[in-house]
Amino acid sequence: MGELAFGLKRGEVVALVGPSGCGKTTLLRIVSGLDRDFQGSVQLPAAGRLGMVFQEPRLLAWRTVEQNVRLAASHARDDELAALFEMLELTAHRNHYPGELSLGLARRVALARAFAVDPDLLLLDEPFVSLDAALALRLREELAQLVDRYSIMTLLVTHNLDEAIGLADRLLFLSASPARILAEFPVASPRAMLAPEQAAALRAEIARRLTL
Amino acid sequence: MGWRLISLGLLIVAWSAGSHFAGDRLLPGPQAVSLALLDEARSGALAFNLAATLARVAAAFVIAMALGSAIGLTMGRSRLANRLADPWLIVLLNLPALVIIVLAYIWAGLTETAAVAAVALNKLPIATVTVREGARSLDTGLDEMAKVFQMRIWVRLRHIVLPQLAPYLAAAARSGLSLVWKIVLIVELLGRPNGVGFEIGVAFQLFDVTRILAYALAFIAVMLALETVLVQPLERHIARWRPGSA
Repeated sequence: MGELAFGLKRGEVVALVGPSGCGKTTLLRIVSGLDRDFQGSVQLPAAGRLGMVFQEPRLLAWRTVEQNVRLAASHARDDELAALFEMLELTAHRNHYPGELSLGLARRVALARAFAVDPDLLLLDEPFVSLDAALALRLREELAQLVDRYSIMTLLVTHNLDEAIGLADRLLFLSASPARILAEFPVASPRAMLAPEQAAALRAEIARRLTL
Repeated sequence: MGWRLISLGLLIVAWSAGSHFAGDRLLPGPQAVSLALLDEARSGALAFNLAATLARVAAAFVIAMALGSAIGLTMGRSRLANRLADPWLIVLLNLPALVIIVLAYIWAGLTETAAVAAVALNKLPIATVTVREGARSLDTGLDEMAKVFQMRIWVRLRHIVLPQLAPYLAAAARSGLSLVWKIVLIVELLGRPNGVGFEIGVAFQLFDVTRILAYALAFIAVMLALETVLVQPLERHIARWRPGSA
């Protein structure tokens, strides 16, 4: 990875977009404190409580869906959890074990776990990779709703431009390794409010500027 | 179940036949052994000796499992700890049980402590090696997840580490129990004034095969009971989350 610097505002969703292998995941690991072998500094928001969705769901196979969420979020209130499960359509699966769930459902549980801790910073590492397109789109819309509702500072890593445009307030494009920031695009009216024509125009502008 | 009963019946028939050919002195039949067993039970000696042996088994087993798990987990997680402790482990693994027992009795006297310690020390390296294998196969992804979500150490131990170690702990417990049983008998034979091993030693001096078989039978019965009442339900409980385990 090369030299790079960026910051996030309160309640802002930033998407890091770049080719595979450019170090996006490493960047998230540095921010989350899992990787300490780097030069530089990371400043987390005040309380520093993190929520993270990894590329794989990383659930405890021997605990139920609800236990998986509660173990991470021991302070979560019952009604908050119930609302979260309702939004992610997990209510019927609260007492199931992860082995009984499809990959799409397991990813929802991972999302529920990350939101349940009421994080100061939410880290999403390709949260919908290896899902079929329709399911990924649905989950993306649900995630957009959650992000809007909870207004959480979020750092999303993805190689999927649609996903980035559909979720973020701001896009940061990384170059191939060693990664540096190539370009930055604000998304005018982010998430669900973005009309298809606007999204297409943004895509066109990105394509024009990045091929220079 | 039916086939197992038939097999057991065949064993008893073979025993009777063998007793018929070898003579009562070398191999007493099932009936004579049962009568001797009843005699011992009536006098209270059977219960007393079984209880003494069971108490030693339990103490040695608990000590060896607790220490072995702690050491195994540390060695599996830390390369330095593994390098430092591995040669000790190899020495202990290859030290004959009899040597440990005799040395324990010489150094600590013919005491209960020496007996239990000797048995625990025999079982310790095997438990350690098994748990170390488990600790090496712990999922680092889950470990990272726990770190990011700032889970407390005891939450991690109980909900993340222990469930992953469960099959290894079960294997260590199972193999350990049968090993501890056998070594406890030798320890009793060599330096204790009671217990199944002591009784078998006395019977050996008198060439009393009936009594040897009577105690062996009682012993097997207790082990089977432990297996069905304790070990199997525990394993089922631990494996309840696995699909198709019901």
